[in-house]
Amino acid sequence: MKKTVFFGALAATTLVAGLAGAATLDDVKARGELICGSNTGLTGFGAPDASGNWAGFDVDLCRAIAAVVLGDATKVKFVPTTGETRFTALQSGEVDVLVRNSTWTYSRDSELALDFVAVNYYDGQGFMVKKDLGVSSAKELDGATVCIQTGTTTELNLADFFKQNNISYQPVTVADDSEAQRQYLAGACDAYTTDASGLAASRATMPDAENHIILPEIISKEPLGPVVRHGDSQWGDVVRWTFYAMLIAEEKGVTSANVEEVLASTTDEEVKRLLGASGDMGAKMGLDNDAFKRAIAAVGNYGEVFSRNIGEGTTINLARGLNALWTQGGLQYAPPLR
Amino acid sequence: MSETHAQTVSFVRDTMLPPTPPPMGERGAVKWMRENLFSTPLNVALTLLGLLSIYALISAALPWWLNSVWVAESLSECREIVAASAGEGATGACWAMIRERWHQFLFGFYPPAEWWRPILALGLLLAALAPVLFAGQKRNLTVVLGAVAIYLLVTLSLAATPGTAFGLAMVLILGMLGLAQVQPGKLLWFTVLYPALCFWLLWGGSIWSPIVAMAGFGVLYAVFRLASPFIGLAPAAGAGVVAAVLWWLYIDIPVVNALQIAMPFGLQSINSDQFGGFLLAIVIGVTGITFSLPIGILLALGRQSDMLIVKTLSVGFIEFVRGVPLITLLFTASLLLQYFLPPGTNFDIILRVIILVTFFAAAYLAEVIRGGLAALPRGQYEAADALGLDYWRAQRLIILPQALKVSIPAIVSTFIGLFKDTTLVAFVGLMDPLKGVTQIVRADIDWKGIYWEPYIFVGAIFFIICFGMSRYSMYLEQKLKTDHR
Repeated sequence: MKKTVFFGALAATTLVAGLAGAATLDDVKARGELICGSNTGLTGFGAPDASGNWAGFDVDLCRAIAAVVLGDATKVKFVPTTGETRFTALQSGEVDVLVRNSTWTYSRDSELALDFVAVNYYDGQGFMVKKDLGVSSAKELDGATVCIQTGTTTELNLADFFKQNNISYQPVTVADDSEAQRQYLAGACDAYTTDASGLAASRATMPDAENHIILPEIISKEPLGPVVRHGDSQWGDVVRWTFYAMLIAEEKGVTSANVEEVLASTTDEEVKRLLGASGDMGAKMGLDNDAFKRAIAAVGNYGEVFSRNIGEGTTINLARGLNALWTQGGLQYAPPLR
Repeated sequence: MSETHAQTVSFVRDTMLPPTPPPMGERGAVKWMRENLFSTPLNVALTLLGLLSIYALISAALPWWLNSVWVAESLSECREIVAASAGEGATGACWAMIRERWHQFLFGFYPPAEWWRPILALGLLLAALAPVLFAGQKRNLTVVLGAVAIYLLVTLSLAATPGTAFGLAMVLILGMLGLAQVQPGKLLWFTVLYPALCFWLLWGGSIWSPIVAMAGFGVLYAVFRLASPFIGLAPAAGAGVVAAVLWWLYIDIPVVNALQIAMPFGLQSINSDQFGGFLLAIVIGVTGITFSLPIGILLALGRQSDMLIVKTLSVGFIEFVRGVPLITLLFTASLLLQYFLPPGTNFDIILRVIILVTFFAAAYLAEVIRGGLAALPRGQYEAADALGLDYWRAQRLIILPQALKVSIPAIVSTFIGLFKDTTLVAFVGLMDPLKGVTQIVRADIDWKGIYWEPYIFVGAIFFIICFGMSRYSMYLEQKLKTDHR
């Protein structure tokens, strides 16, 4: 009973906090700075470098939003949030948007009163094993010891997968990624499981990367994307269409390098609308008409951001896979800009 | 008998033989080893086992230390260098990471051009602590202040300090050194002013905000002095507190703004989110330690009080805070408070954390000090009463000096624990040196996979600080030792 009252009160305060921050777009404009909830440090996705400048795949989306809203991609303050504090930081208005490898799930969308506005990275849980284990499929891992981070959805996915395939495993629980990597390399477990992007990053930095393989099975869906507070559709639209603008730019071959050139020469009506040369696309959302152009000029299109931070050619060396454009067999698909 | 003596005996020794050393088995290292290491079969076995494990440990770790790499751009480059110099499969420490990122472990994201500010604040912290730690001892004070002066001279010139600040800092510390020779007692005034100075140095902004905030205490004192002859001590203290709070709430900010417009002077302001590493740990730790001791003493006295409300509040506070884990309080600071405060309030996260850490330590200290109070014989209290001392005088002159002396080891333990607990702020997204900064460093693809080096580096610095505290507490116990046990 008491518990119910407490949670009721908490929910009410949440609602109040949510309502109070309803016009996030105006708040951000008035403040002159976007506050972006980021990771405390995840290779390739978001981390500060030696001089404290944030860089990464998620970080670039924050910068694009800042370029769209404020006209300056550097006017972002990054607030590191942990797995425990991230959603509360968003709900309480401490951050304007959360771009922090958060999986879009039903309960987060409904119960936590959050809105996932897009999926900027389709991830999934995979396995890494040593080559000399002689395993080529996760289904052959019967009786294996598996290193797994505690308290994450990956733990539940792992249990589901082994149960479904009627095989057994021995979990070795670890606190974080570096611990997992260490245990795995020290031979404490046969297999190491986490999101496939994380596996790739770990493998890339191992002293003997060629002795480890990532198994083909992806056992879960992990759509990661930017999150905003529930009930602020205008702000949600801004974040969503900033991301879609980057996708459309890739689809149409507009890059940070050639954006001016394309604007001058293009005959494609959608590109004109994207870059603010025709239609009042920006103004419809309370922005300038060349808002998206600024974002593309500042951070580039989706493909550029991908290849700069995590794509093939970087040390992490992730293939586009599901994150290729729909025209190239992937899932990244932006609705028409009209 | 006596007359036959010299003639009948052919030889009489007239000098003593020099004492021979004990046999080999009964002296020196051999004896010590036989007595301590190999006295029984069990001890022989244990000794051999111990030697074996030491050997295993050293043979595993020593190559790693010996193959240390200090100059490299990334972990993979470190590995290449180790492989090139010590052969394939050899392991080696990659201290190049520390070389590249040490500043984040020490300062977090504090702008490099402003590093002189935390450096100066740390130096002055030692200078401000010295008069408290070595009350009135000219020799110790001179040593500490001299060391601080040398430390500041070296580090401030390394950190490219602006000339004026450098000059002022040196004048200040040399002035204190001079004062220590003449009137060491007066140095306490610097200690009193230090918190405001430290705040201003670290966070920057207008110089007037700390000055006007400190003036609030002046208001408190003035009201107290003016009112106490008329309404008595306790009500006057209450009136003083009310006046000071009113000052801080309503007068502070307009006055600061006005002064800043009239005489603009300040440092570049630094946001709390740029604090990190040991700068953060020391800020939280030192503030927590400083404020938890007086609060803890008051709580301990309150718990022993006869006044029902004071007693209930003290007991309630102590038991509540001791009943919940520190992590819970930190989450409260970071998450729950956000809900209860009006939207848009920007209540600094570091300040919130400091307040709750202080409360946490104060509750533990209160119980430690209560233990000290309980250790005093009843006669001490009665003697104080018999002398006609009032409550506060009795506490200050008779009870607390003895109770605190008894509790020194436990108090310092609490302090050390508090300082180490500051690493828990990583869970609310602050950049503590152990987890926060380490995670950032590991997120860099160049250093991903590095494991022991950051822990060893951070652990070593923690050890130095905590060991220092522990040694000081031993010194203090020796100094205050009056019994003849």
